[in-house]
Amino acid sequence: MRVRIVQLITLLILFTLPFIAQWAGQPFWIDLTTRIVIYGIAAMSLDIILGYGGMVSLGHAMFLGIGAYSMGILTHHSFEGSVVPFLPGEWTGSTSGFVHLAASILASGLLGLVIGLLSLRTVGVYFIMITLAFAQMMFYFFIALPTYGGEDGLNVWSRSEIPGLDLSDSMTFYFVCLGLLCAFWFIARRLVDSRFGGVLRGCKQNEQRLKALGYNTIRYKLIAFTIAGAGAGLAGGLLANLTEFVGPGTMHWTKSGELIVMVLLGGMGTLIGPVLGSAALLLLEEILSGFTEHWMIVLGPILLLVVLFARRGIYGFLAGKEAKDG
Amino acid sequence: MTTLLFLEQTLNGLQQGVMLFLMAAGLTLVFGIMHLLNLAHGSLYMVGAYVCATVTQASGSFLIGLACALGASAATGMVIEVLAMRRLYNREHLDQVLATFGIILFFNELVKILWGPQALFLNPPDFLNGTIEVLPDTPYPTYRLFIIATGLVVALGLRHLILNTRVGMLIRAGATHREMVGALGVNIDWLYTIVFGLGAMLAGLAGALAGPMLAIQVGMGENILILTFVVIIVGGVGSIRGALVGALLVGLVDTYVRAFLPMGLREVLEPASADSIGAAISGMGIYILMAVVLLFKPNGLFQAYGDN
Amino acid sequence: MANILKVTNLNKSFGALHATDNLSLEIEEGTIHGLIGPNGAGKTTAINQLSGELMPDRGTIEFDGQDVTHWPIFKRAQFGLQRSYQITSLFPDFTALDNVAIAIQATDGHSFRFWGKAREDKSLIDPAMDILRQVGLDHLAHRPVTDLAHGQQRQIELAMTLATKPKMLLLDEPMAGMGKTESHDMMEVLRPLKGNITILMVEHDMDVVFALADKISVLVRGHCIVTGTPDEIRTNADVRTAYLGEG
Repeated sequence: MRVRIVQLITLLILFTLPFIAQWAGQPFWIDLTTRIVIYGIAAMSLDIILGYGGMVSLGHAMFLGIGAYSMGILTHHSFEGSVVPFLPGEWTGSTSGFVHLAASILASGLLGLVIGLLSLRTVGVYFIMITLAFAQMMFYFFIALPTYGGEDGLNVWSRSEIPGLDLSDSMTFYFVCLGLLCAFWFIARRLVDSRFGGVLRGCKQNEQRLKALGYNTIRYKLIAFTIAGAGAGLAGGLLANLTEFVGPGTMHWTKSGELIVMVLLGGMGTLIGPVLGSAALLLLEEILSGFTEHWMIVLGPILLLVVLFARRGIYGFLAGKEAKDG
Repeated sequence: MTTLLFLEQTLNGLQQGVMLFLMAAGLTLVFGIMHLLNLAHGSLYMVGAYVCATVTQASGSFLIGLACALGASAATGMVIEVLAMRRLYNREHLDQVLATFGIILFFNELVKILWGPQALFLNPPDFLNGTIEVLPDTPYPTYRLFIIATGLVVALGLRHLILNTRVGMLIRAGATHREMVGALGVNIDWLYTIVFGLGAMLAGLAGALAGPMLAIQVGMGENILILTFVVIIVGGVGSIRGALVGALLVGLVDTYVRAFLPMGLREVLEPASADSIGAAISGMGIYILMAVVLLFKPNGLFQAYGDN
Repeated sequence: MANILKVTNLNKSFGALHATDNLSLEIEEGTIHGLIGPNGAGKTTAINQLSGELMPDRGTIEFDGQDVTHWPIFKRAQFGLQRSYQITSLFPDFTALDNVAIAIQATDGHSFRFWGKAREDKSLIDPAMDILRQVGLDHLAHRPVTDLAHGQQRQIELAMTLATKPKMLLLDEPMAGMGKTESHDMMEVLRPLKGNITILMVEHDMDVVFALADKISVLVRGHCIVTGTPDEIRTNADVRTAYLGEG
């Protein structure tokens, strides 16, 4: 029961916040909330593998970045009228939101499949280091690649185009993001409650037993890893729209670290928890940076304390014992 | 000519490998014995570099700077071990990742406050600032040779420490029979603090030595940390020998690919695109090495401890 | 009756320790076969190789007409060779019912079903309840397994292996850590399986082994010194030396 109430209140806040922002004359709040929602999607996707599947990926921001670059690169070619060089045919990109959505999801999902195939051969501490290393490889790749701005990144000249919607309006864009969050939430909910989800949870608790029962667990983990990558890619496409810029910084490994922080802060092994975690971390950053430019010196020890003393996260605190499986 | 270039690049690769070994040895020791994945290992490298540069500039002596860097990084390591790390030894890797991530943020910001955001630069000390003609007609920087020699001495020293000394015996015993070492009347907490301090000192040594070759700046620790991870994945977690072999392999592969891939590409492509593609891809060489090792030896070349 | 499992010259070393030494075994379909031996005889190592958790250095394992020596554990399990563990191995966050249901799901085609709710799936829940009834734990179906007593957890573990409808079970000390009544209950669950499911059972409780087994093999230092009926084993001189001589 408490779970339902917390979820409803969260949604209610997310749905009313932009109106409050408008009424309070603080349009900046809308951008902040949009960021919370977008990072919420990314953190939720991470929690599918981290909280449900027990795979500690320290490279999840790589998928965020690939999603962002997919959108940015297609827009870039469309504006330049130049041919997308690494794809067959003479395609000159697109500004359509639907194409961007598909591209972000497909590209990052495909990357997830490849990275997963390699890194899921290992477990535990190896897996952590390998996902981090591959993410860093992509990071350096885009830094060294001059075609798309290298270290300076790429300006996105306009937001995605969706017939009937003006995404350059921050309110409209916010509700598109929120809608996608809800859609992803629903899909993820069905996923973790399905037969597949049962196997995924089993992987976290006792993978050896699953194998002994006859499950080829690596395949299930691989699919979850791919889905999580695609989810983060979706968030990345939205992020590129929000900031109207894509750069390698999006996939810097500290971003991957932040995504894990969001999951843990909000409540691992839950779906709405990571969204709360995203809100908590971004708000904390916002508030701390209001006091001092050296806010990280406060954030670091806070993280340490959270790990040592508050493992259940915000959602666990709000929703009590039931939160275990929210 | 090409042979000489190859030999020169080999020396460069060895030098990079030696630096990576200093990092990987500490990280793998701490993981092998305390089962701790310490992301903040790079922060200790950064501490070594900053302290060495500052003290060298103030005192005018690189050797004093180096000594202070070793002391400062070991002390920093032991303090964070006592305050935070020892609470993490029995926790999940995820907790360790997050807590040490927090420590990185803290140190990066602390360094920014103390030294400012601009990079520091340091020259090699005068007595190492020349070149030696180790290869005919190819003057090679003395300082780099000094690094290679230092690394080899440290490797031999570590081997001696672990195989032949009482501390080394306790380290080996502590890794497998924690309770037994405790029962022998050895204070295992102190043993762990010392091991952590030793790892920190090696990282500090690497940072101090790197100072005269790189820009000393915030974030330098993370760059080398991730390369160190690649080393450990290639070499195998928990194995000092694996760390050495992995480090040299990664150092050599990285150097060769960066030196020769763009040259090779220029043979087949026009210079401009060869250079840009070469730059983008040559950085990926070691990751491809890592992927290949993963395909054939998922637990690294010299696995000392299973993870499951 | 035909042999369902045929092990030929199996060898496995860990460094200097020769844990499995030219082990050969034949197990008849539908029987309960006991595997006994002094501590350190390599019983668990043998089970681990039969189940596929360890790969033997040499030798072959033939199961139900197939050479499964190099099959991974999940493939053997799908083919009907299931195992239980000496140290109870369950899914601690799941209820008793969920634990059995995921075992049933393992044999019910693939699990790449992403949409339907598994907890409302009658084709999983109903047979899982049946199995729980079979081991007498249906009244605890919705309790988290971690709340259950040790003996009950052992029974859940057995229930999971049964849920996959195996051809053969490898039971590694099913009575480990159980009291008298609990092992008696477990025996009553195992006894009716005779004739339907072949069982290879490692067990320290000799009363259990001699009461249940049709045949018994004695393992000493990784080698099978004798196989016979319980009566033959009871009177065998080598077995006595093996046990008394090695304490």
